[in-house]
Amino acid sequence: MSQIPDSLHYTEEHEYVRPTEDAGIVVVGITDYAQGELGDVVYVDLPEVGAKFNQMDEFGTIEAVKAVSQLYCPVTGEVVEINTALEADPALINRDPYGDGWMLKLEIRSPADLHQLLTAADYAQHIGE
Amino acid sequence: MTHHAPVPHHGDPFVRRHIGPRPSDIADMLVSLGHDSLTGLVDAAVPREIRLERALDLPTALSEYEALHTLRTIAAKNQVFRSYIGMGYANCIVPPVIQRNILENPGWYTAYTPYQAEISQGRLEALLGFQTMVADLTALPVANASLLDEATAAAEAMTFTMAVAKAKDANHPVYLVDTGCHPQTIAVVRTRAEARGITVEVEDPQNFEFTAHVAGALVQYPASEGRIDDFRRLCERAHTAGAIITAATDLLSLALLVPPGEWGADVAVGNTQRFGVPLGYGGPHAAFFATKEEYKRHVPGRIIGVTRDPEGRSTLRMALQTREQHIRREKATSNVCTAQVLLAVMAGMYAAYHGPSGIRRIAERVRTLTTALADAVRQFGCRIAHEPFFDTLAVDLEAERATQVHERARAHRVNLRPITPTRIGVTLDETTSERDLADLISIFAFDGAPDLDVPALVERVRPVIPTPLARTSLYLTHECFNRYHSETEMVRYLKRLEDRDLSLTSAMIPLGSCTMKLNAAAEMLPVSWPEFGALHPFAPREQAAGYAQLFQELSSYLSEITGFPGISLQPNAGSQGEFAGLLVIRAYLRANGEGHRTVCLIPQSAHGTNPASAVMAGLRVVVVKTDENGNVDMDDLRAKADQYRTDLAAFMITYPSTHGVFEATIREMCGVIHANGGQVYLDGANLNAMVGIARPGDIGADVCHLNLHKTFAIPHGGGGPGMGPIGVAEHLMPFLPDHPVVPLGIAQPCGTVSAAPWGSPSILPISWAYIRMMGRHGLVESTQVAILNANYIAHCLRGHFDLLYAGRGGLIAHECILDTRPVKQSAGVDVTDIATRLMDYGFHAPTVSFPVAGTLMVEPTESESKEELDRFCRAMIAIREEIREIEEGRADPENNLLRNAPHTLADLLVDDWDRPYSRERAAFPSPETRAHKVWPPVGRADAAYGDRHLVCTCLPLEAYEPAGAA
Repeated sequence: MSQIPDSLHYTEEHEYVRPTEDAGIVVVGITDYAQGELGDVVYVDLPEVGAKFNQMDEFGTIEAVKAVSQLYCPVTGEVVEINTALEADPALINRDPYGDGWMLKLEIRSPADLHQLLTAADYAQHIGE
Repeated sequence: MTHHAPVPHHGDPFVRRHIGPRPSDIADMLVSLGHDSLTGLVDAAVPREIRLERALDLPTALSEYEALHTLRTIAAKNQVFRSYIGMGYANCIVPPVIQRNILENPGWYTAYTPYQAEISQGRLEALLGFQTMVADLTALPVANASLLDEATAAAEAMTFTMAVAKAKDANHPVYLVDTGCHPQTIAVVRTRAEARGITVEVEDPQNFEFTAHVAGALVQYPASEGRIDDFRRLCERAHTAGAIITAATDLLSLALLVPPGEWGADVAVGNTQRFGVPLGYGGPHAAFFATKEEYKRHVPGRIIGVTRDPEGRSTLRMALQTREQHIRREKATSNVCTAQVLLAVMAGMYAAYHGPSGIRRIAERVRTLTTALADAVRQFGCRIAHEPFFDTLAVDLEAERATQVHERARAHRVNLRPITPTRIGVTLDETTSERDLADLISIFAFDGAPDLDVPALVERVRPVIPTPLARTSLYLTHECFNRYHSETEMVRYLKRLEDRDLSLTSAMIPLGSCTMKLNAAAEMLPVSWPEFGALHPFAPREQAAGYAQLFQELSSYLSEITGFPGISLQPNAGSQGEFAGLLVIRAYLRANGEGHRTVCLIPQSAHGTNPASAVMAGLRVVVVKTDENGNVDMDDLRAKADQYRTDLAAFMITYPSTHGVFEATIREMCGVIHANGGQVYLDGANLNAMVGIARPGDIGADVCHLNLHKTFAIPHGGGGPGMGPIGVAEHLMPFLPDHPVVPLGIAQPCGTVSAAPWGSPSILPISWAYIRMMGRHGLVESTQVAILNANYIAHCLRGHFDLLYAGRGGLIAHECILDTRPVKQSAGVDVTDIATRLMDYGFHAPTVSFPVAGTLMVEPTESESKEELDRFCRAMIAIREEIREIEEGRADPENNLLRNAPHTLADLLVDDWDRPYSRERAAFPSPETRAHKVWPPVGRADAAYGDRHLVCTCLPLEAYEPAGAA
């Protein structure tokens, strides 16, 4: 069973969104289930700070030894920070997907957008756990 | 009365050499399958509605002796002139030590692409040497392990540019091409560009304007007519605009010239043919692709990288495989699979044999003789169009004299390049002697010209390369280029590498979808004959009458086998055949005013190359569902064909399917597509199950490609060469590929897909010989036994492993899929654990995780004997028992025979063996392994480590020291 923290929001494409203390700023990454399915992550291609995405736009790709996946932006917003530690150590995503393995910080258009995402229970059902 | 026995046949029937099981074995195997004859088995396995109900109309079998004799007479019709045509091809001296120990050595040419890294360390090391050579000479640090030819490498550089250039105009991208590029390169780039909606502008680089539409440019260095430009300013202008510069270049010239990486090029491509690979009338040769570190994830083709094994030993493997089309499918930027490994190994070893000073000496000699020739023709009043030059002169002279020069050249059996009526190209090479130079000078001398003292002329010339263009940096400094200069050292080096690899000389290679059949010595011998090897691809056609006959005969055989009247031998690999076939379909649709048809239907179960090729051809991929047996979902096919009936261009289908099943609905599928205005492309990867019993052209397809390196006995070369000719129905014949230098007389060609007009001609005698020696009956028996062998393996392993996807009567075609997912659940054993454990048993694994993840696909081919099939089955069953020990708790779930495989000698010879199983079980799991096995020199390659820390050139020497020795 993979970890699915209750406090997060999820997409069907296995991204998560974690609200922060700063209003309108959220953290985006991929779920524990997704990193387990991909296996050893070897590379993540992330956008530049300042890039703007609509909900479910492709924002990057993630590569494992034998698979590559597109990454989709869970909510509309602008990238305010990227996790540069992933460049040197992409395995952070395998070790700590919800913590040090985060990918982006987004300034989102509207907090209401978060309510369109899956809850932990919805996501658990989506992946059959 | 005297009794007369019939006169025995002249020579052995080859079919009994090619087919593994003896007639008595075949009878026994049939009994175990419950059939009484091969025809009975095939009748049960192959749907009646697709069968060819007559014998192939092909010649009867020749013995090996007869076939070689016939080929000799064909070869004798080729006339080997001295060719100074250049254009990316230069004559060279193949070092005999390399010819005998690599090109003519089944230990090297029968291996497969190094997917099983631990038993491929030899050729992986040789390829790492090739990459290091390319990186050093071009001064661009990330080089791949070869591409098909220079022209397709340049086209790959263009699509690479579209992916990485910051200057982007997604709607109207423009790519600039130097007028000085070889004409075949321009043609191939144009063909690729046109399919993708890229505008190509061919101009003098001086006039390149990097507007907002321009993503990048291709320049030739030195240019086709010899010009050498300083491109530093051009690169600066390009980079300011965010555009990418690719240099098509010649490695030998880079021994003397500032390399592209030092003057600012982002990419270098080219051909390594003149590094000791025969001209072969066009191929096969290894092209290269090198770029900067920052673009490594976009490099096309295969890259060899360094990683480590569990003991920390330096271990090589194919790196960054997620770039490849089998993973990215329609999102891939390239469809290339097969490389040119055998030829890349030869070229890399040429550099190792000569070393940096030897390579420099060869380059200086070529440059000196070229300078001497320039001095001489200047004295005759001719003008040299471009200076400085390296090996190529563009000589300007009056038309009348030019005609005389060409006539005199012919009389001397010399080919020059007629550039225009008043310009002649001459390219010198490693083989040019002072006598050759004297002949060339006499060819250019007009009546009454002064007699020149050629040795004195050569003595006098002082070739100088102007400072901004002269190379000062070192190259080929690694030990592997400086140690093997004596033949004794070289032979031992090559043998040492060969012994690390598993080829068909050691064991069967049961790779599903790869058809690792016999590559007979008699088929291979003609590849080394100079009458096939020493022809320049653009030599006048009357000098290649032998090749013309070979092409014509081989094409007619392939026509009869496929049921398609039109054959193009141009595509150099299956992937290129797919691309060419789809271009033909597009050209046909356009000619009929249906250019708007751009949808390509592809089943979910297709190989990833199919969608990648479709996108390259400008088509839009729509996936058709397949059922749990891997068969096309007919309802979904009908629905999609109907939904896209106004846009449908093509349907790509592999037959028999990628799952190794003869789908009985194939005719119906073709009917549905045709009824909706589409054309059917049949992927011939699995044709080995069809030859002589069914024909693509008869079951409704319009185009198919053939992998001559699978079905028709061309060896895999450790990962290339390949040959992927296409067959087309009559209505598509006017649209086959043509060639800009050697027009093939095609009415409305779809473009040009390879650098050379007939792809890789020097390996076509192999397929010709295979077909002639098997003969019309032998080819059918070969198909029958391929089906028998696969069904026999399925029969022996049933009950031990789950079999996926049987067709009619529980039978399969020529390959079977073993499902290993259940043991992942029951014992935590991964399919890779089984694949690597097979190495301990002395085997190469079947295809891993294709077409279904977590499975093994086994294709034994007709060439494997019953003994070898039994040995393989025993190994698989023994491994199943090892898994059972884990399932039943008798073996440790982590520290076990499978998880720790493969076991190296060094692993076993430790003083403190502490594993919970014996060394004997680890290393000698079967009695046969005591007699012989290929020992993996390294333990399991750490894939993730290698991909996270990409190193794709030779490491400094200390890295090769065994762990702990330092």
